[in-house]
Amino acid sequence: MPKSAKPVATSVVADEPEADASVRPAKKAAKRARAAAAPGSVLAADVPAPPPPAKPAQEPDEPAAVPAGRLTVRKTYKLYIGGAFPRSESGRTYLVDGDNAALASRKDARDAVVAARKAQSKWAGATAYNRGQVLYRIAEMIEARRAEFEALGVSTAELDATIDRWVWYAGWSDKIAQVAGNANPVAGPFFNLSAPEPTGVVAVTAPASLLGLASVIAPAIVTGNTVVVITPAAQIAITLAEALATSDVPAGVVNVLTGHSAEVAPWLASHDDVNALDLTGLDDTDLATDLERSASGTLKRVIRPAAGVPDFTADPGVRPMTALLETKTVWHPKGF
Amino acid sequence: MFEYAPAPENRSIVDIAPSYGLFIDGEFAEGKGTFKTINPANEEALSEIALAGPQDIDRAVAAARRAFESWSALPGSERAKYLFRIARIIQERARELAVLESLDNGKPIKETRDFDLPLVAAHFFYYAGWADKLKYAGFGSDPRPLGVAGQVIPWNFPMLMLAWKIAPALATGNTVVLKPAETTPLSALFFAEICRQAELPPGVVNIVTGAGDTGRYLVEHPDVDKVAFTGSTEVGRQIARSVAGTGKRVTLELGGKAANIVFDDAPIDQAVEGIVNGIFFNQGHVCCAGSRLLVQESIAEELLASLKRRMATIRLGDPLDKNTDIGAINSEAQLARITELSQIGESEGADRWSAPCELPDRGFWFAPTIFTGVTQAHRIAREEIFGPVLSVLTFRTPAEAVEKANNTPYGLSAGIWTEKGSRILAVADQLRAGVVWANTFNKFDPASPFGGYKESGYGREGGRHGLEAYLA
Repeated sequence: MPKSAKPVATSVVADEPEADASVRPAKKAAKRARAAAAPGSVLAADVPAPPPPAKPAQEPDEPAAVPAGRLTVRKTYKLYIGGAFPRSESGRTYLVDGDNAALASRKDARDAVVAARKAQSKWAGATAYNRGQVLYRIAEMIEARRAEFEALGVSTAELDATIDRWVWYAGWSDKIAQVAGNANPVAGPFFNLSAPEPTGVVAVTAPASLLGLASVIAPAIVTGNTVVVITPAAQIAITLAEALATSDVPAGVVNVLTGHSAEVAPWLASHDDVNALDLTGLDDTDLATDLERSASGTLKRVIRPAAGVPDFTADPGVRPMTALLETKTVWHPKGF
Repeated sequence: MFEYAPAPENRSIVDIAPSYGLFIDGEFAEGKGTFKTINPANEEALSEIALAGPQDIDRAVAAARRAFESWSALPGSERAKYLFRIARIIQERARELAVLESLDNGKPIKETRDFDLPLVAAHFFYYAGWADKLKYAGFGSDPRPLGVAGQVIPWNFPMLMLAWKIAPALATGNTVVLKPAETTPLSALFFAEICRQAELPPGVVNIVTGAGDTGRYLVEHPDVDKVAFTGSTEVGRQIARSVAGTGKRVTLELGGKAANIVFDDAPIDQAVEGIVNGIFFNQGHVCCAGSRLLVQESIAEELLASLKRRMATIRLGDPLDKNTDIGAINSEAQLARITELSQIGESEGADRWSAPCELPDRGFWFAPTIFTGVTQAHRIAREEIFGPVLSVLTFRTPAEAVEKANNTPYGLSAGIWTEKGSRILAVADQLRAGVVWANTFNKFDPASPFGGYKESGYGREGGRHGLEAYLA
């Protein structure tokens, strides 16, 4: 997709890709309805731009002539790369439920991979206990921001499940090696041990829900991987990033790009410094196939999209973690 | 150096038929054509082999699909007994198979007899024992087989790679269509005969012979549920690409450019043995070969002098001679590649040295060779040569050793030589490689998982981990 040449005035509306795979049909319909309800908008009519119904009434879409009370301070939704919140280098934004979210570009994706790579060995080298504490802290921070997520339309049940999911994964940090590794009784005088290690930098086309995000980010990072996440759900994802940024998650361990998988994910799938690709959140099978094909260039590990709509409320088991682990086997002779 | 009298193994123990068909549904059948397999040590034709075309693969996959229904329904304990039977027959016929493998591949009888064949039998024994214990393997309480496995194996350890592929597939209840390498089809065809001897139900194991096209057709066959490939990274990439979007499960065991790191406190003599074993074992036709020697600068001179002394005692020649250390290069094409990359090593400025060594007139041979003065940018330090050619680089600090060791798109194996335990563990932690040998090299065991990081592929073969690739 070409960069928008328009100057950034109030908001530059990027072209919406024809098939935005990452937006669920139901949500699309809601957005279309909302767009139709605002015919006077200067924005292109096909650009979805509804605030969710749950949004507080004091934030009207059509500005009132004179606000009655105090004017609220709105949040600017930017990207989350290397522990900072930069705008897209492209200067582009896209509308997500009435907010201008940064629309990530190829350059942003590359910057995010650099940040993820830089953080990876230190994060993997942290003790498992430490990583577990950090994940637990993420749960605490989300718990503290419940109101904010609820205002974005996240249900109480989903919030409960999300927080519990982070706590569940936090506990895995110092146990997964015991479950996925083992001593090997070889036929000779050797010490021989197989232990799991993180695969490295993981690119994730993330689901557009808070629980979905937890279900793909937590299993990747708990074992020492770092991630670059691309998601259309900018408000939820960036609010989550704010929780991550205050949870002692080292800079670069989680990087969040908001925008379109169809535009950004191909650059991640073909990137030489990405080790694995998690397509769990993708419901566009053609795009998933293209990305898997592209990932073959450097033999990335690929987690294929779930068949049907993934049920993130189910017990995830250990596979989301083990799919992003390598097994290292070390031999040493025994002898006096 | 001692004088050795020739001590050839008797080749009459093996009876090679003038021609072999494809093994499909328990019967040998004709293919769409034929090709010859030769003895690379003297270029004599050993036998004529059927070439499987698309229709033959269709038949083989269909046979495997039919057999899957009953084979996967068998109690694990029954499948186990078939595998135990196969293991026993391999042990009983080990000498015959060792001679056969040496003839078809060119590797020394010492290795086929003491390494390949014992491990082949051990693999079937190991996975036989898993067949009725799968629910305890840690992959769920009701692990299920995937279906038909399409397996493509290389020529460097023909029968061992067959065992690595077939044993876990059968133990878990899958059926297989396996394609051995074009230059080494014979042991797989003898294995077909062993399946008959073991009265394995028809269609559970099918052997199709041919070259790249045959393999491609098998891997891309729509009724194959699982692809297992061992071979080059280049072909691995093509396979990963071709299965995209199909949902087929894949394991790839690909190339390597392993660092063998020798620290200044290492016992030199042991390290030299490890270096020689690391790169000259099996003519260097080993994906996990220690092809990059990283030696600490302070001991480089002493170690290289010792290595050259040791290399002068290596015996190259008749693979069937029990004294032979290095046999024939497997094929003319492989010899050309080794020769070309070695010439590139010279032209890029590295110093080449080979032990004085007489090469036989006929067949494909390459003298064990080392290159010194190699930098990380040299092609001989980056590309897999897959031959008896060692690139020597130096380092000063452990951190530099780790950085250089990891400076490769591959990540299959690595070696560490030092007397300091804490250093072994710290360096092993930082090496991005699937198998790390500390104060040893090129050790393999059916209980020990094998497989790479990065572009050396994905999935593990061997051990409990090796079951995962064949279970849903």
